[in-house]
Amino acid sequence: MSTLLLIEQVLNGLQFGVMLFLMAAGLTLIFGVMGLINLAHGSLYMVGAFAAAAVAGATGSFVLALIASLIAAAAAGAIIELVVIRRLYDRDHLDQVLATFALILIFSEGTRWVFGSFPLFLDIPDLLAGPVTLPGGIQYPAYRLLIIAIGLLVAFGLFQLIARTRIGIQIRAGESDREMIAALGVDISKLYTLVFALGAALAGLAGALVGAIQSVQVGMGEPVLILAFVVIVIGGIGSIKGALVGALLVGLTDTLGGVLLPGFFGTFMEPSAATAVGSSLASMSIYILMAGVLLFKPTGLYGSA
Amino acid sequence: MSRATLLNTALFLMLPITALAALLLDEPFIITLATKVAILALAGVGLNIALGLGGLVSLGHAAFFGIGGYAMGILAHHAQTFTPLMEAPFLLDGTKSMPVIWLVAVIAGACAALLIGALSLRTSGVYFIMITLAFGQMLYYFAISWPAYGGEDGLSIYVRNGFPGLNTLDPIQFFALCFALLALVLFCAGRLAAAPFGLALSAARQNPERVETVGLSPYRLRLLAFVISGAITALAGALFADLNRFVSPTMLSWQMSGEIMIFVILGGVGRLFGPVAGAALFILLEHVLGGLSDFWHVYLGILLLLVVLFARGGMIGSLAGREVAHD
Repeated sequence: MSTLLLIEQVLNGLQFGVMLFLMAAGLTLIFGVMGLINLAHGSLYMVGAFAAAAVAGATGSFVLALIASLIAAAAAGAIIELVVIRRLYDRDHLDQVLATFALILIFSEGTRWVFGSFPLFLDIPDLLAGPVTLPGGIQYPAYRLLIIAIGLLVAFGLFQLIARTRIGIQIRAGESDREMIAALGVDISKLYTLVFALGAALAGLAGALVGAIQSVQVGMGEPVLILAFVVIVIGGIGSIKGALVGALLVGLTDTLGGVLLPGFFGTFMEPSAATAVGSSLASMSIYILMAGVLLFKPTGLYGSA
Repeated sequence: MSRATLLNTALFLMLPITALAALLLDEPFIITLATKVAILALAGVGLNIALGLGGLVSLGHAAFFGIGGYAMGILAHHAQTFTPLMEAPFLLDGTKSMPVIWLVAVIAGACAALLIGALSLRTSGVYFIMITLAFGQMLYYFAISWPAYGGEDGLSIYVRNGFPGLNTLDPIQFFALCFALLALVLFCAGRLAAAPFGLALSAARQNPERVETVGLSPYRLRLLAFVISGAITALAGALFADLNRFVSPTMLSWQMSGEIMIFVILGGVGRLFGPVAGAALFILLEHVLGGLSDFWHVYLGILLLLVVLFARGGMIGSLAGREVAHD
């Protein structure tokens, strides 16, 4: 294993991690502020990817596609918040799980209805299609670097939003005592719709960005959703900082595990068996990481009890 | 008799009546559908012990369903290829005998539930939901990446496994077997809910602090409930794999977990016969709506949404009145 390859994989892990952060940030905000577990978050990711693919197909512009993904996902988020989700805030988690599971069924099959079962493709803009040479002579795809940059930028923006703006103050106040801020004259239902739309927009952006690397298809959101759950369980539910740390941990563990584990077992096993054991363990590695964190901190790294 | 008892009796008898009518009309496919309902209801009864009695919202029960399926698949695969399951430290052969397979499935399901439960029950609420989901996914990816037993393609079994004294290839006999198991498990689950253990478990759901004060450990009660629940769901998984003569990672997928939960909810949480009603309604919908449109999941989603938002007691709750509280 050369150092160059290792650095490349670390970058891949980072890229995966910041994508997970975009998903997990919305989930953890929605849980923190509204106390709602939203399984349909993966559907919003899918909506973003499909909107981007459709707009890119029609106009050929990647920037327009990204904007479309943000708008479409935020709109879808706002609509389901107004129609369904707001009836669920004072229900128990079981009802929330079921209702949002029903939303997944509706979104997935509805998308299949409109776009068909075949995957769509979203092309990376020509400008970013090639590799760039990093210091040290590493060739790395420009587009993936862009994803890392966008992810870190969004993370920074989100921290600023939460820490410094009026909306951020209201969000934090809503997390600690929703009756009190309602009594102080903040329109809590408008705030909830806003937070939900913000989380949805982040998921949609993630879907569009990843859609250009992978294919855009029905059901693409759920594997990412479950990884995002692992992220916020590790980071602590409700904590944006936890979501960032958890996302990077999961991204790096998953990517490096897949590369390093087969090689590690190859040092003392025959190659075919080593690949089998290594890849099986790699596919389980993030869950083992999660179990490990839970053993020591049942509420996650940054969670409050 | 109360309306609930009357409804339960009707529900319970509906399955064998449907199967017998189908036998008389020579419609083997309907018998297979009734068998599917019985098996899925069994999985639902398993989940309902954790969900309804224990208040444990597990979104990872497909793990146990799939473990049961793979227990059947692996044992039968070795028996049909005449390869031993393992040679060291002692020789162990595969088997095509259902009782042995069931026993293995139940034990494997219980062990998995013990491990997953012991970790997951350290947390509660929404953490518990996400963690059970994550562990389910872990097994799903493990099954996909493990090439020895078919990986993503799954395992096919050529001939259905045998049960002493029965011809399991005959649809009505296999139905009778599955239905008898369902009846047995329903009976046991009913006794369990009324037994000191079931009462303590319900109390731990409603008021864990008080349960702890009288000297019982909610953690241990819940863990035991989770183990029993996992074992029953694994048994259903073994039967389901035998019904299809096929097992694949799909049985472990989280959509499966969601579907098992749907059976329980459509019927009514915490109702003993809820999963029977729910599974019957689900298969009926799949059959009727699936015939109308390829996209029947949209209608299922809308129906589920309406049940959750407006008919909180599920089918039995709406028909029999008196909502069972769940929290």
